[in-house]
Amino acid sequence: MTRISILLLGALATLIFALVILVIMPGALLSSVKAPPQLKPYTDQELLGRHVYIQNGCVYCHSQQVRDPAFTSDVARGWGNRPSVPADYVYDKPHLLGTMRTGPDLMNVGSRLPDPQWHLLHIYQPRALVPWSIMPSYSFLFEHKQTAAPGDTVLNVPKPYAPTTGVIVATDEAKALVAYLLALKHDYPAPAEEGVTPAATAPTP
Amino acid sequence: MAINPSDSKVSPPGKKTVEAATRRDSTIDHSQVRINVAEAARIDRSSRLPVLVGFALAILWLLEGTILGDIASFKFDFPDFLSGQAYLTFGRIRPGHLNAMIYGWASTAMFSVSLWMMPRLCRTPLRWPGVALGGIIIWNIGVYLGIILLLAGVTDGLEWLELDHRTADPLMVIGVAMVGASIWRTLAARNVEHLYVSVWYVAASYPWVALIFIAGNLPIYTGVESAAVNWFYGHNALGLWLTTINLGLIYYLLPKIVGRPIYSYWLSLIGFWGLALFYSLNGMHHLIGGPMPSWMIATSITASILMVIPVVAVGINQHMTIAGRFGALRYSPALTFLVLAAMSYTAVSLQGIMTALVSVNRITHFTHWTIAHSHLGVYMFVTMALFGGIYYILPRLIGREWPSANLIRAHFLLVGLGMVIYVVTLGGGGVLQGLQMLDPSQSFEASVNAARPWLLTRSFAAVLISAGHVVFAAHALMLVLRGRSPVREEPPFFFIRPVLVKHE
Repeated sequence: MTRISILLLGALATLIFALVILVIMPGALLSSVKAPPQLKPYTDQELLGRHVYIQNGCVYCHSQQVRDPAFTSDVARGWGNRPSVPADYVYDKPHLLGTMRTGPDLMNVGSRLPDPQWHLLHIYQPRALVPWSIMPSYSFLFEHKQTAAPGDTVLNVPKPYAPTTGVIVATDEAKALVAYLLALKHDYPAPAEEGVTPAATAPTP
Repeated sequence: MAINPSDSKVSPPGKKTVEAATRRDSTIDHSQVRINVAEAARIDRSSRLPVLVGFALAILWLLEGTILGDIASFKFDFPDFLSGQAYLTFGRIRPGHLNAMIYGWASTAMFSVSLWMMPRLCRTPLRWPGVALGGIIIWNIGVYLGIILLLAGVTDGLEWLELDHRTADPLMVIGVAMVGASIWRTLAARNVEHLYVSVWYVAASYPWVALIFIAGNLPIYTGVESAAVNWFYGHNALGLWLTTINLGLIYYLLPKIVGRPIYSYWLSLIGFWGLALFYSLNGMHHLIGGPMPSWMIATSITASILMVIPVVAVGINQHMTIAGRFGALRYSPALTFLVLAAMSYTAVSLQGIMTALVSVNRITHFTHWTIAHSHLGVYMFVTMALFGGIYYILPRLIGREWPSANLIRAHFLLVGLGMVIYVVTLGGGGVLQGLQMLDPSQSFEASVNAARPWLLTRSFAAVLISAGHVVFAAHALMLVLRGRSPVREEPPFFFIRPVLVKHE
């Protein structure tokens, strides 16, 4: 090659081609995806919890996607009753699909583990509940008080992890994170694909 | 001024033919160009300041990224290690490590490498060196700001795109645009007709990285489209930035050090345009099985398989260039690192193609296999190439040889051995983890326990690699600080003198 113009135009052409195929086209196609009626927008508290989830990098160990049962064991493992679809994510900005399962998938953790007290203690010290866990403790999301004030959410921490004096109280951030986790329920039936809704396929009399 | 003999070895000085060759233009075969030592030194002086500042900042980042990586690694073995403070939690330290290594260490060192290579390849002094220097500094301010915010809990939440889009990212865009402007201005002022392979790779990388970085960081995507853009960016940051600059570096230094031209111009062309076309479409293989339209994932799997064409073309081209001259590895530390990097590029690419196949991906997706794979790429290929480049370039800019051959050997052995342990054990551990996860009769605990011993060997490897980095940084500091000591005449690996060029 001897011409800069060919280098520049060729380099731009290949990249723009890829941008159109993988960014612009999907953007146009996916913009028509509607939220299923069973999927509710996040509440303010859940959004705060999602923010805490993002801030503390939960995504580096937990995925939020149930994959096709044809070649994975995600459904068999009880992580969901069906593969995830784009409509499950319309309220997610940014996405939290994840690339790693050092810990289990959380797409339906709200259905699988519905107890907020369990989650609070698990976030405070995972090994208090799951001895083999390698999840870090998020004790910085909790306050260590001498006595609980009225309205405080006090954790019932078992022996080796309990403080010698005082009580462990959940902060608003910890409670919001748990609210977000409990909102992760995507086990409603998958919405029918665009154009093949039951109404459209039903024979007209 | 002590110059590593490879410059002059290519064409022993004093011969009439050298002078003739020096004057000859390069319209046909760039490898026939004979830049003499004086001209090379003059060109090197034009880029000296930004290149040295970039390397200094990069080596600092290497140490900082190493500390973050070590902390993250030990947190797998001791989950309560440093867990009391939010900024030390795994989910902040780990992206801190990635961003420090990709944008701090590798990218800054790559700015320097490109600013050093481009004037030599264009046979003209670097244009706008002040702009390039400013670009490097602004980029680094952006990365420092972004990582401090990340540790403080301000993140965009997307892997590879964590740095804050309001503060850090605009600085980084300005920085890379300024370095790119200097590169392209130099290219426009070139004194050679023919564009050598390295020029294609280096020059194209700057518009590529600027475009994908802007496209990836726009805060306009939601839901699965956000995932598609995330991995479009993540994969292209590797393919159209980290890979391309370092392939350009290998293409430049490999023939230069062994003293013979690149094996095939046509293979270089196939390698370059094949990579540009196929690599840019690979991203969705990070989402195999995920909630994406299946045509997108199929496109990326197809493009991933097609990557075998440019990868094999580059592999053959570089192997045939060095084949028969492997003896030169014993005398040139730069060549040793670069050859290992070139081989790792082939290895990591073939491994990546294999991982994109659904039959393999169903096991390895979501496991530590991916981490081992990315370290084979970003470390064994990219970082090794950059080490090689720094070993070659720094003495020429400072005018002194590396003080100690033993320190270079220690560096190579520590990081080489550490990385082999890292990739082999963690990659294997990832497969074991994946097999347990694929078997629904096994509890999730089994997949955690399957990975744990290999996470521990990874931490051991991390200690070796960290020691190697300390040796390297200390050695670079010694090289700079030995200002007033007598200039050493011989290169560090002087005990063997291979015949590099046979003159027929």
